[in-house]
Amino acid sequence: MSSHRKLSYSLAINEALHQTMAADPSVFLIGQGVKSPWYVGDTAQGLLERFGTDRVIDTPVSENAMTGAAVGAALAGMKPVVVHPRVDFMFYAFDPIINEAANWYYMNGGKLPVPVVFWGIINRGGEQAAQHSQSLHGMFAQVPGLKVVMPATPYDAKGLMIAAIREPNPVVFIDDRWLYKLEEPVPEEIYEVEIGRGNVVRPGNDVTVVASSFMVQESIKAAEMLVKEGINVEVVDLRTIKPLDENLILASVQKTGRLVVVDGGWRTCGLAAEVSALVSERAFGALKAPVVRITLPDCPAPASAILENAYYRTSTDIIRAVKSIL
Amino acid sequence: MKGDHSGNLNYPRNLLVSFHRQMLRIRLCEEAFVEPILAGEVHCPCHLYSGEEAVAVGVCAALTDRDYVFGNHRSHGHYLAKGGSMREMVAEIFCRETGCSRGRGGSMHLIAPDVGMLGSAPIVAGTISLALGAALASTIRRDGRVAVTFFGDGATGEGVLYECMSFAALKKLPIIFVCENNYYATHMPISECRVGREIHEIARPFGIESRQIDGNDVLAVYDAGLHAVEKCRAGNGPVFIECLTYRYRGHVGPDDNVQGSHTDIRPREEIELWREKDPIKRFEGYLTDQRIMTQEELNMAREEMTREVTDAHDFARRSPLPRAEELERYVFA
Repeated sequence: MSSHRKLSYSLAINEALHQTMAADPSVFLIGQGVKSPWYVGDTAQGLLERFGTDRVIDTPVSENAMTGAAVGAALAGMKPVVVHPRVDFMFYAFDPIINEAANWYYMNGGKLPVPVVFWGIINRGGEQAAQHSQSLHGMFAQVPGLKVVMPATPYDAKGLMIAAIREPNPVVFIDDRWLYKLEEPVPEEIYEVEIGRGNVVRPGNDVTVVASSFMVQESIKAAEMLVKEGINVEVVDLRTIKPLDENLILASVQKTGRLVVVDGGWRTCGLAAEVSALVSERAFGALKAPVVRITLPDCPAPASAILENAYYRTSTDIIRAVKSIL
Repeated sequence: MKGDHSGNLNYPRNLLVSFHRQMLRIRLCEEAFVEPILAGEVHCPCHLYSGEEAVAVGVCAALTDRDYVFGNHRSHGHYLAKGGSMREMVAEIFCRETGCSRGRGGSMHLIAPDVGMLGSAPIVAGTISLALGAALASTIRRDGRVAVTFFGDGATGEGVLYECMSFAALKKLPIIFVCENNYYATHMPISECRVGREIHEIARPFGIESRQIDGNDVLAVYDAGLHAVEKCRAGNGPVFIECLTYRYRGHVGPDDNVQGSHTDIRPREEIELWREKDPIKRFEGYLTDQRIMTQEELNMAREEMTREVTDAHDFARRSPLPRAEELERYVFA
């Protein structure tokens, strides 16, 4: 039965690409290293052999032009997926992503949509230091005209990639190499996870923990530890960070009265600050304790493993935060 | 023209007449913005195309509606030459709801997808890669379309141009790089921006066929455009064309940036020298010398184009402004 077929997170993305490319000849994949597992893991395996070099385009190291080319192809009616094997490399492509793609539809009075997927892979840890570790989802989410999705599970990775490709507007799809080996049942058929919809991945009544991407898994781990102490945490997986599923967050906080926001990005002006502000504006009366943010410190990623351990947040930090507001 | 044009002389009469009409149409439309700008009626920054008309008209005449064009901050001429509606353009510059971008874009965001004008934008060199992508789309679909990117000499200072030339050459993409060298990047004369003044040479290291032409000679531009389009359609792109031309007005607005004025940039003699090489005046001389059009016919064309410009301004002025309640229309995230 297909419903029991297990797939890893990275192969779920791979299956989404295979299925959308087979179904729609206007979909193509372009980016640095699409034929190299060194760059993109096994997310692109089999695509080149199946769809050829016209639609699986490994590129020179020219992030700005290649990303712009994806945007231009989208304007000309294609549905490109442009991959950046590290989110860090996307800084070179901010002009086509932000100035051009995000603005095009609005600044041309809705004349021409831009159906492009900007796929950025978070590839951190392993003493890779500041320029091989960043996640820029908070920056992208601040820009009007970009949708931003961050799947935390294999099921969502496949469904959100399919939804992103089918979406008529630009979508930034950010995945995390730390999730690539995670396995769960994934349907074999083509399906979408709706952009803009979060998910309660674990119900609870005592504290709401809002998280996204890899930090959802850490939050689930924390919840499993806490339940042994009689503390029932509700874990909300945002799945999409722009537009936020505001009602889901608010409903959970209305129920629990307590909120911990966990984000794999930096603290200042980040996603955690946004969720926290939303709740203080629209569910202030429900709060029984101050909101707590668990984020990266405002510090570049270090190399040394000792410093890395101090830098990245884990289930231990989440447990401590939950207990601090009970 | 007057002996200085070496191209094919067997152009159909209607083509020549259309070159004249289109250049005149752009010139009259551009110059008609001067008064509303000075009167404070038009506020959005207008980078006028007067003086460069032969480039847009010559290149776009070599294209069909199915081919793609991307412009830049100075793209009124590209939009009109590609077949965009003058009424919608003028209304956009007046920031009206009836404008081609519904008053959300202004002068620097002109678009007419139905005729292949996929847009223009003022980030210098920012749309070159978009044209590269449109050419890539054509290659993937094998539909024979050609993409044109219009950019100025200032864009040669941007790295993305070289990334685009490299990839276009690598994949033999059907893209025509049209550099409108008007000798100034905003306020900076080219001699202060570049070591060498020969821009067409920058494409050669990539193995791209490249040439420098008189961008004020509409027939020379058309010939170069036609040749480039044929090469691209045959799968032998890309092609680079440097068009030497000049803008009569300054970088933005009606000011001519003449030395001694507050902008203090260009010698008066230089502007006068280029007035001698005016693309429309020269072409009118050619048309009458060759007995293709009479002076009376030229005058009639001017009157007709003037009427169209007046009509477009009337249309813009009586068009509704965007409504404040619709600020966030066209926002999806």
